[in-house]
Amino acid sequence: MDNIKTKDLLKIKHLLGIKGMCREDLELILKTSASFKQILDTPNKKVAALKGITVVNMFFENSTRTKLSFEMAEKRLSADVVNFAASSSSLKKGETLIDTARNIEAMKIDMVVMRHSTPGAHKMLLDNLDSVIINAGDGAHEHPTQAILDLMTIDEKIPDLRGKRVTLVGDIIHSRVAMSNIHALQLYGAKVQLCGPATLIPKGIEKLGVEVTYDLEEAIKNSDVMNILRIQLERHVGPSFPSLREYHNFWGITNEKLSKAKNDILILHPGPMNRGVEIDDDVADGDHQVILEQVLNGVASRMAILYLLSANIGGIK
Amino acid sequence: MINNIQLNKSNFDELSKSCVIKNGTIIDPHNEKEYLSDIKIINGIISEINESITTGPDDLIIDAKGKYISPGFMDMHVHLREPGYEQAETLITGSNAAMSGGFTRLALMPNTTPCVDNIFVYNDICRRTENLLVNIHQIPAVTVGREGKSLVEMAELNDNGALAFSDDGDGIQSSEAMKGALQYSGMFNVPILVHEEDKTFLDGVMNESFVSTELGMSGIPNIAESSMIARDIEISRYVDGYPHFQHISTQESVKLIREAKKEGLKVSSEVTPHHFSLTDEKVKTFSTDYKMNPPLRTQEDVDEILKGLQDGTIDVIASDHAPHTPEKKNVEFDYAPFGVLGLETLFSVGVTYLVNTNVLSLVEYLKKITINPRKILNLDYDLINVGKMAELTIFDISSEWKVDRRKLLSKSLNTCYHDETLDGQVQVVINNSKIYKR
Ligand SMILES: [Zn+2]
Repeated sequence: MDNIKTKDLLKIKHLLGIKGMCREDLELILKTSASFKQILDTPNKKVAALKGITVVNMFFENSTRTKLSFEMAEKRLSADVVNFAASSSSLKKGETLIDTARNIEAMKIDMVVMRHSTPGAHKMLLDNLDSVIINAGDGAHEHPTQAILDLMTIDEKIPDLRGKRVTLVGDIIHSRVAMSNIHALQLYGAKVQLCGPATLIPKGIEKLGVEVTYDLEEAIKNSDVMNILRIQLERHVGPSFPSLREYHNFWGITNEKLSKAKNDILILHPGPMNRGVEIDDDVADGDHQVILEQVLNGVASRMAILYLLSANIGGIK
Repeated sequence: MINNIQLNKSNFDELSKSCVIKNGTIIDPHNEKEYLSDIKIINGIISEINESITTGPDDLIIDAKGKYISPGFMDMHVHLREPGYEQAETLITGSNAAMSGGFTRLALMPNTTPCVDNIFVYNDICRRTENLLVNIHQIPAVTVGREGKSLVEMAELNDNGALAFSDDGDGIQSSEAMKGALQYSGMFNVPILVHEEDKTFLDGVMNESFVSTELGMSGIPNIAESSMIARDIEISRYVDGYPHFQHISTQESVKLIREAKKEGLKVSSEVTPHHFSLTDEKVKTFSTDYKMNPPLRTQEDVDEILKGLQDGTIDVIASDHAPHTPEKKNVEFDYAPFGVLGLETLFSVGVTYLVNTNVLSLVEYLKKITINPRKILNLDYDLINVGKMAELTIFDISSEWKVDRRKLLSKSLNTCYHDETLDGQVQVVINNSKIYKR
């Protein structure tokens, strides 16, 4: 616990996205995450760091995993947790996001974790609330806590990412994970490569300094890390996507394809997985994957983020 | 109407029986002349244009020293929201905004509720806009309900003064409907004003570009506009109709229209101030004031539009004035309606971004907001003559002003130039024996 009671402060006051963050902030978050991860290994698993602090999880879009992970992190920090889900919300009755958020804030809360389908929705909270805001995903824009837990997982295995090639595979265009991952990995000096069908690669993304390839076999050969993005089954088949069968044949990760990879390649997946589509069973349960480590790191890093940002409660915007 | 009586008050006065504009510089885009002169107006009609007109005790004297006197501006692309969405704008608040922007003449788009797709709604709007300073030309829809299927009763509407037809707000998806519209309207020589957009692409909320990629927003690609322009150029050549392309926004559109004009086809086009002065980088603020359709594009598109304005590919600058209430705009970007205000900033944005940057001379600029829209709509465009109705706008090119959304006369606030300092300001507008003074 000693190294958690640091006097170090993040430069950011809210976590809206990785874009614009500095490496020092990411390093401080990862260092703090490592300490919390140790606590999660102790029998008690709980600290009093956010005692008396109220956190609201506002989820305007389904996300069982991210919500569970945040809630777990908040409870491990002894925060008071309130959940607000869109299905039970008044938004459907025509109340605006701003009114809803102001109403909740009027009940004296300190931090808001929000998932929303519209890019930039968090900016509206920032402009209208005094609480600390944490983005749990805004459309296909940013999902910073996912990028941080991915980075933590990679960093544990590959402490110096400079010059290493990390490939994001699959549906880049609809992914809320991709953009945040690219920014975080680049801050750590990694070469980022994107691989998937051309119809799922968004326009002009090379301008971010990433490599783009449609050839998975090529990408498997030259990658140190592969992050396999989820194919959203309900979304795709149509003009940009022939079939899951074809997707699996050409961009699904199988052990056979992985036989050409570097020996120590790491396989990540943000979950939930579509086994047999973007990833095969034998890979999802195989030696290279760190998927359950990601889940544990998700809780540890969200604890770190909540804890570090709690320094801004009641204060500076 | 009980509500909004204050807001709906017209901001003009009756012009005195006799009035003299002294010491101004007349700028006449039709005759490409610029000269110091006084103008005498009796009963609303220009009675004398002379270097020094002596005034009597009963004359209203308007001092225009250091200012320009131009034919009244015309905006051929405006949404005044009446009937159906009067919370955002009415015919009266909209015409107040128009006067304040220097306009004496507007063409209104028909996407109201009910839609202007028959003689009865059309006549009702004509009746409601009698006796204003601003002449209002209601443009009827091309197709019934703007559904892109069957044509409205164009011949009857044309007989009753309709100058053109438009399904603006939506592109006409059916090629057969567009062919019919161009062919039928071609009989009486009026244009179809076309909002070009292929809706079979996925719905987007901003330009599809590197910026939409960075923001994770769904995009509207350039080809959603340009492919339809290409189609309609082909159709118009085939049936001998006249498409006027509204609010063009892409470099590809400019190039297609330039080629069509070179070939001698009867086509024309307009651009909005926001499409030549702003780019999609603005969306990074997430402000819904930058959400409009067509969306703000890239700098390369803006550059080609500026070339198109210079070489005459783009004939007209029109505002696409599209008021929305704060309640509708102050929501998440995905949920906000498309559209921005334009009437009160158009002239100054043009001065700031075209004239003062030497893209266009003042007289070339004025052509695009005075005589060109009138030519396209078959209206009189040789206005500064003795015997003509005085339809004049007096402006100061050197004064600058800061846009404050709360001070605009429009009923809505959704300008994308809030807090920006612009050059050039309208001082006085005269039309229909009425006068508006800032
Ligand atoms: Zn339109």
